[in-house]
Amino acid sequence: MRPTLSHFAVAGSPVMLESIVFSVLNGLLYGMLLFMLASGLTLIFGMMGVLNFAHASFYMLGAYCAYTISSYTNFWVALILAPLFVGFLGALTERFGLRNVHKHGHVAELLLTFGLVYVIDELVVLIWGQIPVNYAIPPSLDFTLFTLFGTSFPAYRAFILFVAIAMFGAIYLLLVRTRVGMIIRAALSHPEMVGALGHDVPRIFTLVFAFGTGLAGLAGVMAGNYYITEPGMAFSMGPIVFVVVVFGGLGSLGGALAASLIIGLVTTFAVSLNYSIADLLAAVGLGLDGANIAGGLAHIDLSRIGQMLPYLMMVLILIFRPRGLMGARES
Amino acid sequence: MSHSQSSRTALLWHIGVWALFALVIVVLPYIFTSSSSISMMSQMGVFIIFALSYNMLLGQAGMLSFGHAVYFGLGGFFTLHAIRAVNDEVWQFPLELMPLVGGVGGLAFGIIFGSISTRRAGVTFAMITLGIGSMVESSANMFTDFFGGESGISGNRVTDVTLFGFSYGPSIEVYYLIGAWTVMAAVAMYLLTKTPLGRISNAVRDNPERAQFVGYNTTIARFIQFSLSGFFAGIAGGLFAIMFEIMTAPNVGLVQSGAVLLMTFIGGVGLFFGPIIGAVLVTYMHTALSGFSEGWILYFGLMFVFMVMYAPGGIAGVIYAHAAPWRAGLLWRLLPSYLLVLLPALLAIAGLVAVVEMGYQLSLAYDPSSPIDLFYMQINATSLWSWLVALLGLAVGIAGVLATARVVRARWAGVNRSMQATGAKT
Repeated sequence: MRPTLSHFAVAGSPVMLESIVFSVLNGLLYGMLLFMLASGLTLIFGMMGVLNFAHASFYMLGAYCAYTISSYTNFWVALILAPLFVGFLGALTERFGLRNVHKHGHVAELLLTFGLVYVIDELVVLIWGQIPVNYAIPPSLDFTLFTLFGTSFPAYRAFILFVAIAMFGAIYLLLVRTRVGMIIRAALSHPEMVGALGHDVPRIFTLVFAFGTGLAGLAGVMAGNYYITEPGMAFSMGPIVFVVVVFGGLGSLGGALAASLIIGLVTTFAVSLNYSIADLLAAVGLGLDGANIAGGLAHIDLSRIGQMLPYLMMVLILIFRPRGLMGARES
Repeated sequence: MSHSQSSRTALLWHIGVWALFALVIVVLPYIFTSSSSISMMSQMGVFIIFALSYNMLLGQAGMLSFGHAVYFGLGGFFTLHAIRAVNDEVWQFPLELMPLVGGVGGLAFGIIFGSISTRRAGVTFAMITLGIGSMVESSANMFTDFFGGESGISGNRVTDVTLFGFSYGPSIEVYYLIGAWTVMAAVAMYLLTKTPLGRISNAVRDNPERAQFVGYNTTIARFIQFSLSGFFAGIAGGLFAIMFEIMTAPNVGLVQSGAVLLMTFIGGVGLFFGPIIGAVLVTYMHTALSGFSEGWILYFGLMFVFMVMYAPGGIAGVIYAHAAPWRAGLLWRLLPSYLLVLLPALLAIAGLVAVVEMGYQLSLAYDPSSPIDLFYMQINATSLWSWLVALLGLAVGIAGVLATARVVRARWAGVNRSMQATGAKT
């Protein structure tokens, strides 16, 4: 049932507060899931200049591999093995695909990963079929963590938040505090010099690509049982992850985090607060006639705008701040 | 004297090629008379225009777009709304010129979105087009009056307002309408490549920095090229709307944008006629393959990945690479080595097809053990032996291709050496 205006008029009442608290929690959760995907994508772009179009497909592979592994063992084994396996597939992709087209430039690399989307998405149908697979939340995490205003908050959601935050910390420490991270960052800006110092730059690129796709696989392991593991999951996630990465600034990990949270919160709020702009205007005493164009626009529900909002935000930020929220440089 | 003569021969040659193109379009329905093939050839015409308009971006100006269906689809929606207006007798406009409505719609949105996206080049441009494409596709939920919601917009192309007196009810009349527009649009796009704009676009593609030094504004060149490309995509969309009499939101979406990228690249972006080959081939394979294989998208994907890696010039590029040896009379030295590769290649393809089809049989079929018809044989997908034979064929085929590819490379090296020695143009 559609909430009525009275909810809005009495903002601060428990009903409204419940809606806001749970929207914030779910928005954070969706945002952190987006970040798990976006971090790998932005790392790969930042290090190699390759925009991995098939990133969401590796995410889907992560979910499906976790389903298969957990059906033979359990979720915890899958949590470790599935990202490793997806990362291994990523390494193969880099070694035998991307490295060969590298000489043709970044557009050729983008085209290759674009073709991989078709191949991986169809292979998933080929192996696991068209209908969703039964990849369930592990029983040990399938309980209610707390209940607020009569609505329960499952423990698995908290676990997703925990893993995502731990992942962000680990990546940050790896890149900034360790010798490996230093070499990776150096290989990005001065590949010839790093090569001259005796490091195998192509192998570093393979490792970075494997690491990034492995992170996408981890996101798939976490999200596959929270949402549904089905062949369309890559297609529904792919474009939005690109929005996050562009919005946050290509190559910026912090930007990806901020953009993930902003977009996660914005879309969740737009869906949960089912008001149209006309309702808002009416609430402050401005009536709008639905017959004219402006009135027609204002009468569209926020939840319908919600799907479009991230893309609109991306286009707007590209107009007014082309390098994104925290991007170091343009393009 | 000799210069004007040679340019006149070149002109005659061009006119001849285009006349042949038009003649083929006129004659084809007399050879392939079934209604399904006329429908397929009509689709080919639509996608030839669409792919050529896409190549104005990717091939001629180096702009990789993931959202070109926006202009195609919006053009189609505009055309269909115009047709509905004529249906309702609130507007008089001949059906023959209806694609122009789509073209103007595509141009208008090309100008709007182009002014945002063409400020950037390369990968960022690609991202912006993806964002705009997703934005327009998801906005279909909001503007249900225009996009018609889930069921889309439909109209009746028989409007009784025509220039030449045809009703355009029978599909053969629509075929010739599409054919006429295909020739006109293709010639127009070809002539555009010969204008200063076309040349500047090539310069912007090859070396934007140098083009800027010479004094050209690369952003404006990209912008004009992008808007015009939107115009032609809109024409293609208008014809699509006339043909199917229905437009739905996915027509502006990412899947359609991906399809045009696929067919343009497979055909070849480096030469003007490449996308024509791609549109014809992909439309044919789509119609032919999707009938009896679940895996046609997978085959397309593999073909695309293969071409990105080994034949970035597409089919047209492969053909064009043989022009110089042919002129030098050395083609006969290459052909035997091709036959040598062909055998293991066919084996590898057969093995791959068998593996894929058996895989689909296992995962999708109601009864996986029911035999599949493949290569005039009955194959049981649940038998281990079928898998072993198929995988063995695939492995042997790949090994054979790798081995014989060396012979081809050696022959090519020899041909190139001979051509250099005789000073033939490469």
